[in-house]
Amino acid sequence: MSLTNQLKNQHLMWRAGFGPAVEQLDDLSKYTPKQFFKALVKASEKKPDYIDVADDYLKGLMMGIEEVGRQQKKELDADERKKVQQKNREGVRNLNMYWMHEMVGTASQLREKMAFFWHGHFACRNLNVFYQQGLLDVIRRNALGNFGTMLKEVSKSAAMLNFLNNQQNRKDHPNENFAREVMELFTLGRGNYTENDVKEAARAFTGWGANVKGEFQFRRFQHDFGSKTVLGRTGDFDGAEVLDILLEEKQTARYITQKIYKFFVNEKADTDKINWLADRFYKNEYDISKLMEDIFTSDWFYDEKNIGAQIKSPVELLVGIQRMLPMKLENEEALMLLQRVLGQLLFYPPNVAGWPGGKNWIDSSSLMMRMRIPKLINDVDEMNVKAKDDDDTMMGMKDVNMQAKGNKKPGGQQSGAAYTGMRRQQINANVDWQPYVKHYESVPRENLAEAISKILLQTKSRVSMDIIKQYADQTGRENFIKTATLQVMSTPEYQLC
Amino acid sequence: MHIKRKEFIQIGSLATASLMVPKFLKAFEGKSMVLPGNKVIVILQLSGGNDGLNTVIPFRNDLYYKARPKLGIAKDKALSVTDEAGLHPALTGFKELYDDGSLAILNNVGYPNPDRSHFRSMDIWHTASQSHEYWTNGWVGRYLDAQCNGCDKPTQAIELDDVLSLALKGEDIKGIAVKNPRRLYGTANEKFFRDVMRSHKDEAGEQPVDYLYKTMAETLSSADYIFQQSRMHPTNAEYPKTELGNSLKTIASLIYSEINTKVYYVSLGSFDTHINQDAQQQRLFTEMNDAVKAFVKDLKQQHRFEDVMLFTFSEFGRRVNQNASNGTDHGTANNMFLVSGGLKQKGVLNPLPDLSDLNEGDLKYNVDFKNVYATILKKWLNADDKAILSKQYEYMNFI
Repeated sequence: MSLTNQLKNQHLMWRAGFGPAVEQLDDLSKYTPKQFFKALVKASEKKPDYIDVADDYLKGLMMGIEEVGRQQKKELDADERKKVQQKNREGVRNLNMYWMHEMVGTASQLREKMAFFWHGHFACRNLNVFYQQGLLDVIRRNALGNFGTMLKEVSKSAAMLNFLNNQQNRKDHPNENFAREVMELFTLGRGNYTENDVKEAARAFTGWGANVKGEFQFRRFQHDFGSKTVLGRTGDFDGAEVLDILLEEKQTARYITQKIYKFFVNEKADTDKINWLADRFYKNEYDISKLMEDIFTSDWFYDEKNIGAQIKSPVELLVGIQRMLPMKLENEEALMLLQRVLGQLLFYPPNVAGWPGGKNWIDSSSLMMRMRIPKLINDVDEMNVKAKDDDDTMMGMKDVNMQAKGNKKPGGQQSGAAYTGMRRQQINANVDWQPYVKHYESVPRENLAEAISKILLQTKSRVSMDIIKQYADQTGRENFIKTATLQVMSTPEYQLC
Repeated sequence: MHIKRKEFIQIGSLATASLMVPKFLKAFEGKSMVLPGNKVIVILQLSGGNDGLNTVIPFRNDLYYKARPKLGIAKDKALSVTDEAGLHPALTGFKELYDDGSLAILNNVGYPNPDRSHFRSMDIWHTASQSHEYWTNGWVGRYLDAQCNGCDKPTQAIELDDVLSLALKGEDIKGIAVKNPRRLYGTANEKFFRDVMRSHKDEAGEQPVDYLYKTMAETLSSADYIFQQSRMHPTNAEYPKTELGNSLKTIASLIYSEINTKVYYVSLGSFDTHINQDAQQQRLFTEMNDAVKAFVKDLKQQHRFEDVMLFTFSEFGRRVNQNASNGTDHGTANNMFLVSGGLKQKGVLNPLPDLSDLNEGDLKYNVDFKNVYATILKKWLNADDKAILSKQYEYMNFI
């Protein structure tokens, strides 16, 4: 059975991006996947703009601190500290929303999807919005560039140095956390280095830190200039040289390729394909674009077994729906709440190992919630769930917010509430249905349900068209398209891509 | 009123072949059984890092009052249980439990290389990993994996919440989160979902889509099952009208039913008391105290207190010194309460923390929480703790 270009292009768009957008619908069957991929690459060539959402109050404060000088840090009183925390939290929230909008709207789908992958690979929790912005920028700029360059920039970012305690890594008191995670999670993977390698590498990273502005600082007096032995090589290495040693190890190419394969192609690893890709990745000196081209232009990427085989992550699901059905949300906090309830809040990975993904996304509560989203969009259902508290972000302040009961009126006036979970809240989505409905204009009525499910579903298994028809609104063509679409989106099949 | 058991639930006897729904639902119309003396545990998570030193107060220790000039709880306020220690003034019900011989207190519980991030430390408690390991499944979930092989519903572990905790996620089997059995039943009984479910044909068996349908089938049938069970013998006892009160009331009703649940999980918080600790801890402890008190009274009346073990934990304790905002910052080792009519050892089980021997201002742990898990798994739930915890931890003697 040969697969249609439409299905293959949708497959490409779900994997190399966040799903097909409504404006691409007419093109899906016009072009071959190769042509589609070429266009995706072209659209991702432009250097991304720096995303800056930090609040003026914080910026002013930071300038002030800078003037007073690093040595005599200005002491903030309790109220100021509280305000700084709150502004930072709002900042990270805004960064989340901004980036999600970007994922929905940008033509540079390949780049943002890659950046999303690296966001999970270089997973970092940090409550400083400047640091988070900086790290996001590193990841987006290098998403399709050179892995080695990105690794070095990430390793020098204030966000990661702080998160992995390298500010405490000093000559007399080495802290191995940073060195360990660089090897275990960012490059080689577990089992490909010894405890002694970690110890020695940690010495090379002593003195690496960042100032309040988030700029990298090499603190010479804290650095251990002595000789170290890492992975069999000996010398008076510094941090950058240790990173070079890690990059020289072919295992790093293999580890990264395997992770990319499992994320973009199939959770079930195919060792032969991974080895072939990893060899080329290593030979191409860690050029990420070339690796992705190898994957997305190969024939096997479009094999039936790879199509519809992945469980969408919560972010992929939420962004994918919005790409197909452009919408304005009066209550944007709902997106934050959904991310939390479904288990993937951007900028808050569970730990440095990132989101485990795959079947881990699905349990009875998360699955039922996912299938209720289309009804929420249609405002026939309300959010009546409460997310778990995240004390790292709440700093014990959430009890105050807890009192804020969800309002039923549109407006979404409850910034803090999404963090703590709100009850009985509508999403208030205004969907722009016109372009979507227009796409089906030449489809005969009796074929509509079939056409809709072909656009929305990637799986071989299909929910019965009789059921969709039975539950769709039959009072006119447009209503039928809308309701049938939301019904198809409420199925287990739609959770896959 | 003692409940007589006529109906029996067949635990684990349904083959995995009946994964898809129609057969599945029918299976529950059959006869079923619960073992008499069916032992269950109730895990009460104190989220946010409860301050253990103001929970079990070492009122004879000058170092305590020195470290906490404002936050220290005076000897005459504390509810004394031994010559050296008293409970937080709000914990009157726990004091009664202590006097009654149904409370055990474990001090200095923690783990090596403690982490001070809430999320990370909670991860470690949930997964029971070492602090340098990142596991993606939880200890109760792995209990399900071991216990529930071939069984058809994830109702052996229930969390009273909208979102399922990592602790209850196994490699193959995940527990179920239910805040309100009636509401879950409502969602699961949407006709559209039932019809979609019914029309699905399991083709290849190994496809991810089948995994989703399997989860959906389990959810729908569990929702029915839990709802039915919750109405079988609902408790008439009075409970405080708080979230925890409601949750424990639901748990009690399920315990009196014939449900196959072995583990109940519920959280209270936030105990992250960086500022103005007194008021917040007082409020949360009052909620905990009143709810647990009502729960125990209820269980005793129903003669089930010997079968239930409730224990509390928090991701970490707090620093010994108070901070400048009348609060405390993140610390390390902490105490745990064990509440049951079936305790072998009661009272304060081990010495209070040594405040003269700190690690950079933090308590040193001397009981690994994984020993507590191992003990409960082995001696209370009769499970293979070594397989579940991936290591043989020594058993303790409170059971």
